[in-house]
Amino acid sequence: MDLKEKLVSSFLAFENHADLDSPIHDIRTEAIKTFETEGFPSKKEEAWKYTSLNSILKHDYSVFPKQENAIEYSDVKKYFIHDIDTYNIVFIDGKFASHLSQTTHDGLDVCLMSAALSKPKYRLIIENYFNKVATKDSLTSLNTAFAQEGAYIHIPKNTLVNKPIQIIHFSTGSEVALMQQPRNLIVVDENSHVQIIERHQSLTDNPVLTNSVTEIFGNKRAIVDYYKIQNDNVNASLIDSTFVNQKRESHISVHTFSFGGKLTRNNLNFYQNGEHMDSTLNGITIIGDKQHVDHNTLVHHIEPNCESHQDYKGIFNDSATGVFNGKVVVNKEAQKTNAFQSNNNILLSDKATINSKPQLEIFADDVKCSHGCTIGQLDDSAMFYLRSRGIPEKEAKALLMYAFANNVLETVKIPELKKRINKLIATKLGVNIGFDL
Amino acid sequence: MLKINNLHASVEDKSILKGINLEVKAGEVHAIMGPNGSGKSTLASVIAGKEEYEVTDGNILLNGEDIEDLAAEERAHKGVFLSFQYPVEIPGVSVTNFIKTAINANRKAKGLEDMPAKDMLKMIREKSELLEIDRKFLSRSLNQGFSGGEKKRNEIFQMAMLEPKLAILDETDSGLDIDALRIVANGVNKLKSEDNAVILITHYQRLLDYIKPDFVHVLYNGKIVKSGTAALAHELEEKGYDWIKEEVNA
Repeated sequence: MDLKEKLVSSFLAFENHADLDSPIHDIRTEAIKTFETEGFPSKKEEAWKYTSLNSILKHDYSVFPKQENAIEYSDVKKYFIHDIDTYNIVFIDGKFASHLSQTTHDGLDVCLMSAALSKPKYRLIIENYFNKVATKDSLTSLNTAFAQEGAYIHIPKNTLVNKPIQIIHFSTGSEVALMQQPRNLIVVDENSHVQIIERHQSLTDNPVLTNSVTEIFGNKRAIVDYYKIQNDNVNASLIDSTFVNQKRESHISVHTFSFGGKLTRNNLNFYQNGEHMDSTLNGITIIGDKQHVDHNTLVHHIEPNCESHQDYKGIFNDSATGVFNGKVVVNKEAQKTNAFQSNNNILLSDKATINSKPQLEIFADDVKCSHGCTIGQLDDSAMFYLRSRGIPEKEAKALLMYAFANNVLETVKIPELKKRINKLIATKLGVNIGFDL
Repeated sequence: MLKINNLHASVEDKSILKGINLEVKAGEVHAIMGPNGSGKSTLASVIAGKEEYEVTDGNILLNGEDIEDLAAEERAHKGVFLSFQYPVEIPGVSVTNFIKTAINANRKAKGLEDMPAKDMLKMIREKSELLEIDRKFLSRSLNQGFSGGEKKRNEIFQMAMLEPKLAILDETDSGLDIDALRIVANGVNKLKSEDNAVILITHYQRLLDYIKPDFVHVLYNGKIVKSGTAALAHELEEKGYDWIKEEVNA
């Protein structure tokens, strides 16, 4: 039985088990039909031209883990941003791990999707927001069909959340191969501000496939800073679809740091429903071996006087492959839009590949839109300059790569997170740079 | 300290240096002058170890050791310093962080621990004062948006920090106004000692009014065609290079 058949037949058991009165019962049923009809995307589809899922779909994944596994905090502490106080929502093999988590209902809700889906007091939010911005493509539909667990975050209006929220998914490798489908819903009301860090971490080399969907709603004047750390091990693959619905005067940023994993596909979609807002999409990708990272972004400017900023940096070594497909749509009504997109890449090896494709669809006539893409090697004269000062080749290379990625790093607003990313980059580059940039 | 014997070098099969002989002893200042395209910057780059240049004949001895097979950083570890004619901009790396990295890389090569932060700060303060460099300047990205004068002053600041045995200043005077020139020259003079040597590469006599050379060489068409004392520089300033070209081509 292939994975698609397995998933479709699992759904029947899953849905019988689930609450038929659930507000999302109909949505799930509809979603599995979409997946059943469309199946997994193939390279024949334009949006998947450079990313093939074949190699990761061949494993016999467990869709529902059989047993619960305990892990000790001391074993996984390093995956947390642990030097500051944070809310934590932690999952082990898809199941909530209360002993590693710190949730709250005190003035805001930082808790579980399963609770939000089952308790009446969340019903209104679920009805108003769940699956409202997510698209109906086959992979998102697959996630929707099995939507059950994940993070549920609701920040009521005029709330400045005083510490970041970490969402961490661990997989223990107790299953030979595991498929997970976390579903996150984040609703930030008027004038509220929240910072969120998300990470997926596999603790063994057993194959893991994560098909994650996150919906983010930023209401009027909301500020949301979302950081994704993708530094998983060599047999873990991630399809991460994030949908952001913004209202007027909101500021929402998503940073994606892709340093690991076997195959990573990021579908990041922003919809601007209002005026005077900005959207920021930043990314740093540093991969090697045969790793593959695909960034597929969309910013849809629907109303006038808004901005979007995209800055993606990529460093590719060995036989690594990268894709950047950045689409900006400016509606006819969206006059005075400022949309900037830049994608810069360094190839460190002859076998590394990057496919970079900006797509601009502009229907308004009074806009400023720019896009730029560069692909190059490290600058020889800069290398000579650094080496002539006594800095060895490897460190000189690393320094230039840091410098290359620096303007994206600079925009990380949590200092401890920035330090951590710095460290991850240094580890990735195999050097020890004696300072924080 | 430095002995160059019959040095031939080319880049992309184009022959640029065609038999250079030069000896520089500790405590000496040598000026290398010559018209554009004569090979002055190439000579500087070849000594510092730029990979694009290929030594096709002859050799460079540093304290008796042939340095042909040494990488640029290894030459730096042995005390070679090149002040660049066009310093490279490195956004995202501050002057301070850069110099710290360079100093500790040199110490590591000598088997020393990192310089304690306190000593580093003290040294940075002393040397930046010597070159009249503002503190704010040190936290800016290396060479990014620097004026010509700031770039050159920053080069000499690095030299002051790294304390090389052999400093090659490639057109350090170009793009400097008279005040900056005075500051830079003053810095170089203060760093001069009986243990180190300086090679000044320049077009003009101007710099040599501030840093007195012991010897002046004229490089033309890849060869040193004339050597003399500081008086030669004055003669060149007065008469230009044409008479040299005529002499050579005669």
